[in-house]
Amino acid sequence: MAVTESAITRKIVERASSGERVRELGFRVALLGCLLVAIVFLGVLIVDVSVDGLPFLSLEFFYTFPSRIFPEESGIQSALLGTLALMVLCAVFVVPIGVASAVYLEEYADRDRWINRTIEVNIQNLASVPSVVYGILGLAFIVRGPVDIFGLGVGQPTLLAGALTLGLLVLPIVIIVSREAIRAVPPSIREGSLALGATQWQTIWKQVLPGALPGVATGVILALSRAIGETAPLILVGAGAFQLFNPSIDGPFSALPIQIFNNVGEPEDIFRDLAAATILVLLGILLIMNSLAIYLRNRYENKW
Amino acid sequence: MSERKREGEGLEQAAGLDMGTRLEERDERAGADAETVDEAIFSLSGVGVTYSGAQAVEDVSFGLATNEITAFIGPSGCGKSTLIRCLNRMNDLIPGAEVEGEVLYHDQDLYDPKIDPVQVRKRIGMVFQKPNPFPKSIYDNIAFGPKVLGVKDDMDETVERALRRASLWDEVKDRLKSNAFGMSGGQQQRLCIARALAVSPDVILMDEPCSALDPISTGRIEDLMLELKQSYSIVIVTHNMHQAARVSDRTAFFTVDLRAGESQRVGKLVEFAPTEQIFTSPRDRRTEEYVTGKFG
Repeated sequence: MAVTESAITRKIVERASSGERVRELGFRVALLGCLLVAIVFLGVLIVDVSVDGLPFLSLEFFYTFPSRIFPEESGIQSALLGTLALMVLCAVFVVPIGVASAVYLEEYADRDRWINRTIEVNIQNLASVPSVVYGILGLAFIVRGPVDIFGLGVGQPTLLAGALTLGLLVLPIVIIVSREAIRAVPPSIREGSLALGATQWQTIWKQVLPGALPGVATGVILALSRAIGETAPLILVGAGAFQLFNPSIDGPFSALPIQIFNNVGEPEDIFRDLAAATILVLLGILLIMNSLAIYLRNRYENKW
Repeated sequence: MSERKREGEGLEQAAGLDMGTRLEERDERAGADAETVDEAIFSLSGVGVTYSGAQAVEDVSFGLATNEITAFIGPSGCGKSTLIRCLNRMNDLIPGAEVEGEVLYHDQDLYDPKIDPVQVRKRIGMVFQKPNPFPKSIYDNIAFGPKVLGVKDDMDETVERALRRASLWDEVKDRLKSNAFGMSGGQQQRLCIARALAVSPDVILMDEPCSALDPISTGRIEDLMLELKQSYSIVIVTHNMHQAARVSDRTAFFTVDLRAGESQRVGKLVEFAPTEQIFTSPRDRRTEEYVTGKFG
């Protein structure tokens, strides 16, 4: 007993052998190297884009329409407004449906029933479907829909069609983050409310949803920041570039990623620099949105 | 000294009644029922609870009296909490939980299909083991209940009355708008009691209300309970036998039966009697062993 004890003690007290220390150091360097790959790439991207794009960034850049003919005087007004409008419309569509779905799955669905389990699994699956597939879906069912949605004219690549397509794309994400936020509201809050004679609906509406709101808001913002960065689905539903008019709900539209994509495809070098400037604007928007999400999360975090 | 005497008495009693314990117990139960029949608020007969088919509590029958504090005591897993949650249909919230037998509240079967559990919970309030204030201001915590019930009275007055009854008013009257999470654990629990009082219930169920609190806060809540029993009927589940002895008028002792090679644990009522009797001259040996600390 005493012998084994002292043996154990000695083993702990002994310094690690030099071989072990080298291994330890090597491991740390390797991990740091992996991290650097990501950081360096981001740094190179930002520096490279800034060098090309910054000279073009001026106030005028924001409120001038893009032009293929006079690239020196080209701006991004229609694309920027298109992206902002897409974001708002997408949110209007996706937040009520996503949150309501999450409430159903968390608060009402009986998890022992196969139908609910099937729905759950498939929402996870939908979240990982490539965005181009959603683009095809949007083209087939929304743009060339069998029914004339809202009487806007079948076959028209409209802003609304784009927003709905992006909405479908991020809906599973919104459902998943909302469910997590709802699940984070402790059951004791629900019990406390129900024990006072509140109905389940009152409990959800007045206790659970307010408690879940910061998490839902954070998730929705992150989902929207994914939506406005998407290019492929918008190409498929017919977003245009170099548009000389502002988007309207029932008319053609452009968006920043589409503008970038088309700029890069132009033969003259100046379009590459315009693309870089547009990338900076898009990155700026994404940065603002992600910062807002982090701020909301920290500011309204519930300490249960 | 007195402990020892009590123990001796209990032993005598147990030895004397050993043979006829079961019969006596039934008589005693019937006696208790008869005694409280005109003021019984709850009357349980053959109540059992199963969780997804597994029996958790079995065959509990007794009556609870108005304006009294009834304590449920017993070792862990004996179904005290499960049973108290039957009294305001909180078990409905647990998937797979099913209640058998009859739970009469003022002669009305709580598990009648026509009964709305929401209405039941309005009348029969509950305070939980861990203080669970809502993440809102103190004022809003109290006002939530009356608001969802559509009470039209002056809300400020309702809030003040509830806080006064829970003897919390003087401590919080200057910070009604501050978040309830800033209160101490004991204050939070009294806030939860005040919150339950604000909807003017008939009965207050307390599921180990002091298990997360320090002795001073516990003492305050016990004093509060003694005050509240003037106007309410209280049922309390407690792990603390001294607490049961200090506050309750009647005590129900539960135990856990191991079945099917210990894989199944079933809670059973052993003895229900005036608290004095449970602690000084229990009729059942298991009760005596528990209250004297030989087991549990």
